[in-house]
Amino acid sequence: MMRYDLTRLPLVKPLLKSRWPQFILTALLLAGFVFAILAGLAGTPVGSRNFGIVFVWIAWWAALMLIAIPLFGRGWCSICPIPAPGEWLQRGAVLGPQESSNDFSRSSATEVATTNVRRGLGLGKRWPNRLRNIWLQNAVFVLVALFSAVVLTQPRVTALVLAALLFIALGASLVFERRAFCRYLCPVGGFIGLYAQLAPVEVRVKDLALCAAHTAKTCYTGSAAGYGCPWQVFPGSLVKNTYCGMCVECLRTCPHDNIALNLRAFGADLEAPAGRKLDEAFKAFIMLGAAVTYSAVLLGPWAALKSAAYAIGTPAWGAYTAAFLLLIFVLLPGAFWIAVRIGTVFSRSGASTRRMFVSLAYALVPLGLAAWIAFSLAFVFANLSYVWPALSDPLGWGWNLLGTAHLAWRPYLTGVTPALQAVVLLGGLTWASATARRIAAEGLPPHAATLQSLPVILYCLLVTLALLGLLVA
Amino acid sequence: MRIISGLSNRYAHYISGYGSPASPAVRRLPPGAILLIALAIAFFPAPALSAAPIERHIHLDAKSFAYAPAVIAVNPGDRVTLELSSGDVVHGWYLDGYDLDLTAEPGQTARLTFTADRLGAFRFRCSVTCGPLHPFMTGKLVVGPNWLFWRAAGLSVLAALAGLMLVQPRPTHRQPR
Repeated sequence: MMRYDLTRLPLVKPLLKSRWPQFILTALLLAGFVFAILAGLAGTPVGSRNFGIVFVWIAWWAALMLIAIPLFGRGWCSICPIPAPGEWLQRGAVLGPQESSNDFSRSSATEVATTNVRRGLGLGKRWPNRLRNIWLQNAVFVLVALFSAVVLTQPRVTALVLAALLFIALGASLVFERRAFCRYLCPVGGFIGLYAQLAPVEVRVKDLALCAAHTAKTCYTGSAAGYGCPWQVFPGSLVKNTYCGMCVECLRTCPHDNIALNLRAFGADLEAPAGRKLDEAFKAFIMLGAAVTYSAVLLGPWAALKSAAYAIGTPAWGAYTAAFLLLIFVLLPGAFWIAVRIGTVFSRSGASTRRMFVSLAYALVPLGLAAWIAFSLAFVFANLSYVWPALSDPLGWGWNLLGTAHLAWRPYLTGVTPALQAVVLLGGLTWASATARRIAAEGLPPHAATLQSLPVILYCLLVTLALLGLLVA
Repeated sequence: MRIISGLSNRYAHYISGYGSPASPAVRRLPPGAILLIALAIAFFPAPALSAAPIERHIHLDAKSFAYAPAVIAVNPGDRVTLELSSGDVVHGWYLDGYDLDLTAEPGQTARLTFTADRLGAFRFRCSVTCGPLHPFMTGKLVVGPNWLFWRAAGLSVLAALAGLMLVQPRPTHRQPR
């Protein structure tokens, strides 16, 4: 598969190696993040007039789902403000190692890495082996999702969720080594990682042999030029974007200039059979189920559903919660398991159904992203015009800083949104179908692969029809 | 390679990570044919409708982030007079696709007349901030058959088939011994 190393372009490598652009963006976002918390706590309780709600759930969400994830994968994670304070404390530095130097001969990588650890705060404990997966991330996402009707609309609740994320990230940095929060806890990072597999960019090593021969492994241990991989990933073993935060520390610490930032085909990671796991497969079901649920509850005409999702603690909310959990943990995976089993029986492949279940679940990655983009298009275009008054009067206190405080709500492109949603969903289905067929063909001859993948493709078709029914019909 | 371990011997010679081409039955469909069918589904003129346009009076209650009725169905060409009343706070009614807006004060009725000349399903939504669930206070106007949905449904069947065809053989595929 064709790849083009973007670091070959002039200015790209110096820009990536310098810590300043990343730091400036992160610092600005952190200021905005803290302001969103303050606005949520002290500003107007009217969500559509509060900076916290408008900038987090409309502006940031639009940028994340419609641009950042599809095009840059985990690019957002590289400038995310949530883990920044904890990481700065952990490192005892805001920019780079104090001994920062391009002269690697001055001290060994291990020595410098040790020095860095000593300078920072924190216990530096290893994340428990049993939790080295994304099940916790799945659980945290589901927990937030169950309260989403309130989180999305109540500035104070949004502020509390944001503050909780900030403090949990801080605590995780002070107890555990590196970015344990991002890797194992962040509810947003979980689905960004899943869908980052589709992005047309990747950080990879240029020459694996060179990497293997480099005994110091400064990309993992750190050096005078930078820190060991915050995401606890050895770049030489990267086969997919899921756990690479694209922070490019490895680009800074590799003494052999062996790290590339590649432009590649969309979805290249889905072709790598290595590293497919049940927790990631379930993340695909959770995300697909959440997109279907939100499309019905938040965008549908059924007021009873909205009330049930909003009335936390009531029997109606209990029923909503039970239905949501049933959908994402039983119905969607259960129907998928049956589809995989039928395929296995008819193709007479003799393949393990569990293994095929996990592998073929990755066909849901493009379908899920398409579902989220389709959902977000309707939500974002209808509400984007709230951004202008919120910029001018972020707390809803009657200010008019930019003269846009009184701009009336005006939906954008809602006349063509259903057609756009249909196109996106059809693209996602085509991609999912091709991915299912390709995954099935990894170990089967053509005819058997087609038979193995057909029930899964039918499953994807039914989910797409359901989404079309909810969003377009 | 992991996937190989669960396979029966007859398929074990296929190497993990390398796709096999689509089966002959699927490959018989040339991409051009798929494209032609897709274009036909997407753009084939919809059949003419027989229902004659009529005058319609619809009363819509807006209260507690909900419209009643939440779904309104009319025939294409109908002359629709909509009466919007609010049972609690000020509510609005904005119709996607038609760019129509109406506002009702509590206890009062606002009125608007329009011709339903665009086919399909159109979301209507509250256009006046009315409380926490305001952004999700929606309903639906259905004008005649929703051809966008039916065309998209037809295309989705085609998309599923097209996905099968997109799988290309890999150059390094190992042949059975």
